[in-house]
Amino acid sequence: MNAESLGPEVSSISSAAPPIAAAKAGLRRPSPEGRSQFRFRRTAFLLIVTPILFTAAVAAIVAGSTHVDWGVALHVIGAKVFPFWIGHEGIEKADDVIIWLIRTPRVIVAGLVGAGLAIAGALMQGLFRNPLAESNTVGVGSGAVLGAMIVFSTGLAAKSAIALPIAAFIGALLALITVYALATRGGVTPVSMLLLTGIALSALLISISSLLLTLSVANWEVAEEMIFWMSGGLDKRTWTHVWICAPFILFAFVASLYYARDLDLMSQGEDTASALGVEVESTKRAIIVISALITGSAIAVAGAVGFVGLVVPHIVRLFVGPSHRSLLPSSAVAGAAFVIICDLLARTIHPPTEIRLGVITAAFGAPFFLFLLVRKYRELDV
Amino acid sequence: MKGTLSTTAIGIRRASRWILQDCGIDLFQGSVLAVVGPNGSGKSTLLRCMAGIWPATEGRVTLEGRDMRDIPRSHVARSLAYVPQEAKLEFEFTVREIVAMGRYAHRGRFNRETEEDRQAAEDALVRADIAHLADRFVTQLSGGERQRVLIARSLATRSRILLLDEPTASLDVEHSLDVLQLCRSLADEGRAVAIATHDLNGACRFADRVALLDAGRLVGVGSPASVLTPSNIERAFHVRSEVVSSVNGVPFLVFHQLVNDSSLSQFLGGS
Repeated sequence: MNAESLGPEVSSISSAAPPIAAAKAGLRRPSPEGRSQFRFRRTAFLLIVTPILFTAAVAAIVAGSTHVDWGVALHVIGAKVFPFWIGHEGIEKADDVIIWLIRTPRVIVAGLVGAGLAIAGALMQGLFRNPLAESNTVGVGSGAVLGAMIVFSTGLAAKSAIALPIAAFIGALLALITVYALATRGGVTPVSMLLLTGIALSALLISISSLLLTLSVANWEVAEEMIFWMSGGLDKRTWTHVWICAPFILFAFVASLYYARDLDLMSQGEDTASALGVEVESTKRAIIVISALITGSAIAVAGAVGFVGLVVPHIVRLFVGPSHRSLLPSSAVAGAAFVIICDLLARTIHPPTEIRLGVITAAFGAPFFLFLLVRKYRELDV
Repeated sequence: MKGTLSTTAIGIRRASRWILQDCGIDLFQGSVLAVVGPNGSGKSTLLRCMAGIWPATEGRVTLEGRDMRDIPRSHVARSLAYVPQEAKLEFEFTVREIVAMGRYAHRGRFNRETEEDRQAAEDALVRADIAHLADRFVTQLSGGERQRVLIARSLATRSRILLLDEPTASLDVEHSLDVLQLCRSLADEGRAVAIATHDLNGACRFADRVALLDAGRLVGVGSPASVLTPSNIERAFHVRSEVVSSVNGVPFLVFHQLVNDSSLSQFLGGS
């Protein structure tokens, strides 16, 4: 059934204006050239941030304890990606190992994690109609960390590389479903209730993770791995880690674009979305699963990297506007650039010691979060 | 006779409480139905149920004779537009973007906006008298302006059934009259319109039929004069009412508190 099948008069009745509105319309017609205020800024943002992403990626590959010339770095990568066009002659074994086996996978994992967490944050903020929401805020991150902790403590992580992302994903999904179920009454899920429930469940899950860590201290190798996950970091990342997270995050990115228009409507309330034609419940479930998939995969390879999902979409929204068709890809590019730069800083600020990635992202993210809170309070005149 | 949109003995229960019970209402093309009743009587719930947003716990809602539950939401949205009581506009969309969202169900998921979509949005902006606000952010608008944005979005759907939940609640007198007149015009053009409202005199003036609700139950449905009687008003609103004039058969109601003069004097004397 469609509007046309209901009767021919539907299109004709819509163009005629009633007398009062028509009289005013003569004075108040929209300007024909008046389009979205964000159109120019969307293009400008991508034109600026995309080169920053590639520059940061190249800088992260050449910089480090052993400096490698950027020409050599590009030669190594070119020879690996296009072996039939670019020869391998003249590349030293050490450069090959540093560039291709150590730094390139690390940069790619950083980009994937940054893009993924930023997308997950944008999804959560749109779904919950709250610019301050992110996947960690509603307990997903803590669930993923606990999933990883269980796999470490039971020894499954040592037996199968795929066990870790699967456990992190299941942990993320279970945490989000639990928070959602606890916060929902009579089909209504108030945002404040959702966030408070998320904070409470997060605290519980973190305490269980801490308990598992405490019980594992006797086996220091396992405990060290656990501490790594809990503070977030990208050291010793290999191509295996790229293959672990890339399929999930890339699939989730494409899936999130599929729901971009639905999210625009969901961000105005479920009643509105439903009235305008969105299948609300199935869309909500899909977005939650996508977000948990991304967060679980990102945490599986990088540990708990905080504030990316909160800060990046918020800044990007200021430039490109709230439409998810622009917000999601722009957040992905900006998130990737942000985490690559943070990881570069983590490696190079205090050599030879590496600062944990989660420390750097929080050092940028926490002050910005406070800034957002203060600005919000000022807007509300509290 | 069954209407374009019909509810048959519908009931809605939320959190172990019946919000609506045994409501049967028909909405006809070319007419305005005003849903009136005191706070908490179930007006908004009834409209949400008629829009298919809240499924009925019992009874059924039919659109053109088909059970609403069997029709995909996108198909319902092409036939029926719903304006919520409150705008949840947290993000900085422009007015034009919000109004264009009324075309969601008409476009494919990845299709670009067509000329028809653009024209529908522009017409809606003009009809709701917000064309001059088209490029403003909705977060910068007043409550009344936001309400008109939601009305424009519903007009952009070009659907033949409109359900408006207290559309005049936050509007000034001028725009309140404009919206009621707009509803009347839309009905005269052939659409079916339902408005939940507290404005009983507005209902008398602009609606063809009135549905009076009290505590989730239907007190009566029919012409304003037959439903908004002093006894029905006293039962539902606990106020006395009288018709002070009647122009062209349109009654004008005046209300008094349900406290007689002697009891008021006693109260004042006692203090």
